Amino acid sequence: MIKISNLHKNFGTLEVLRGIDLEIAEKEVVVIIGPSGSGKSTLLRCINYLEEPTSGTITVDGIELSGEANINAIRREVGMVFQRFNLFPHMTVMENLLLAPMKVRKLTRAEAEKNALTLLTKVGLESKANAYPEQLSGGQQQRVAIARALAMKPKALLFDEPTSALDPEMIKEVLDVMKDLAQEGMTMVVVTHEMGFAREVGDRVIFVDGGKIVEQGPPEAIFTCAKEERTKSFLSKIL
Amino acid sequence: MDLNFEIIQNALPLLLQGAGITIQITALSVGLGLLIGMIVGVARLSSIKTVKYLANIYVDFIRGTPLLVQIFLVYFALPILTGSRIDPFIAAIAACSINSGAYIAEIFRGGIQSIDIGQTEAGRSLGLSWYQTMRYVIMPQAFKRIIPPLGNEFIAMLKDSSLVSVIGFEELTRRGQLIIARTYASFEIWLAVAFIYLIMTFTISRFVAYLERRYQTK
Repeated sequence: MIKISNLHKNFGTLEVLRGIDLEIAEKEVVVIIGPSGSGKSTLLRCINYLEEPTSGTITVDGIELSGEANINAIRREVGMVFQRFNLFPHMTVMENLLLAPMKVRKLTRAEAEKNALTLLTKVGLESKANAYPEQLSGGQQQRVAIARALAMKPKALLFDEPTSALDPEMIKEVLDVMKDLAQEGMTMVVVTHEMGFAREVGDRVIFVDGGKIVEQGPPEAIFTCAKEERTKSFLSKIL
Repeated sequence: MDLNFEIIQNALPLLLQGAGITIQITALSVGLGLLIGMIVGVARLSSIKTVKYLANIYVDFIRGTPLLVQIFLVYFALPILTGSRIDPFIAAIAACSINSGAYIAEIFRGGIQSIDIGQTEAGRSLGLSWYQTMRYVIMPQAFKRIIPPLGNEFIAMLKDSSLVSVIGFEELTRRGQLIIARTYASFEIWLAVAFIYLIMTFTISRFVAYLERRYQTK
């Protein structure tokens, strides 16, 4: 589904990613963990080209990233959920969900609205269709953001620390939505500090440090018997 | 010193006509300036170096030279290059809109830059093109924020348009000069001219304040 090989990314002289190889299968839920500054968010953002890789190749659903047309083709198929939601504040919840399907997928308003209502029901916010983002709580905004990404019917979803900007009591409602998605077979790449989620929902956990994949494996293996010293020391600090 | 109100009264129709022309130049110049400003403002943020530098040169040149000199350049220097005389009205509109465009470009640049980068990323990650993201996501938000400085620019242009009187274009200020040349009533006429400008600028600033209130809610 997603294939990354020998990915490098420099910001000026700073090497953030130093040779990442990663393959993600269809319906797989991959959780990326690692200390701040390890390059995990950058890795995620390279997948849909929000960061331009310095070198290396990324293939999504058979499309290799190169040139503007391909980038847009990949972005249509890969949704992204941001730490700070990034809903469009000048639009209602419904309009947030309609914009891309109508402008990019060229759906009619009726089709797009029907689809949007189904998604809002799924995230439990059908009653908020006509509200503006600022009238919603953080957790509600993030659920709308997930629905907005789903409205494009993506083949994979990227989550960039989706619960880090939330008040503690709102984290669960967002994780529950993500859990449902995983159970329905959505391909997901999740950068998070929620180890409970990684353990319960993740098919594979990847520990990134210093711009490289240090260790990866099934959650239980990583959390209970990590082989690498760096993984152990990171996990001992957060668990 | 006595004010001769009869002179003002007699001059008023001509002055008001001039005011109408002033409004016309201002509206046309700011209208065209908006178009230029939007394009140049976006160009200044372009990642394409040539586009960015050309936009920078334009803005620096216009902001670094007096409008009066720019009007002379368009009206006197351009015909030497092209070989044909240029209509004062065209010259006035051209000089004023090119001038206004540079200032409005800066207003747009600031407005666009004030919108969180996350908005662009959200738009692009949904598959919207750069243009669609600008049009549906960034510009509507930026536009609300730049209403106050755009209002200031409109008022500044309305006052600065008096400078086109130097190329003989008969807007409000020029009308005043012509009437004074005939009547020698400089005090009365300049007072009337000033008052008409004041009424126009005051009306615009009230209107802008109204727009600002209206768009503040959302």
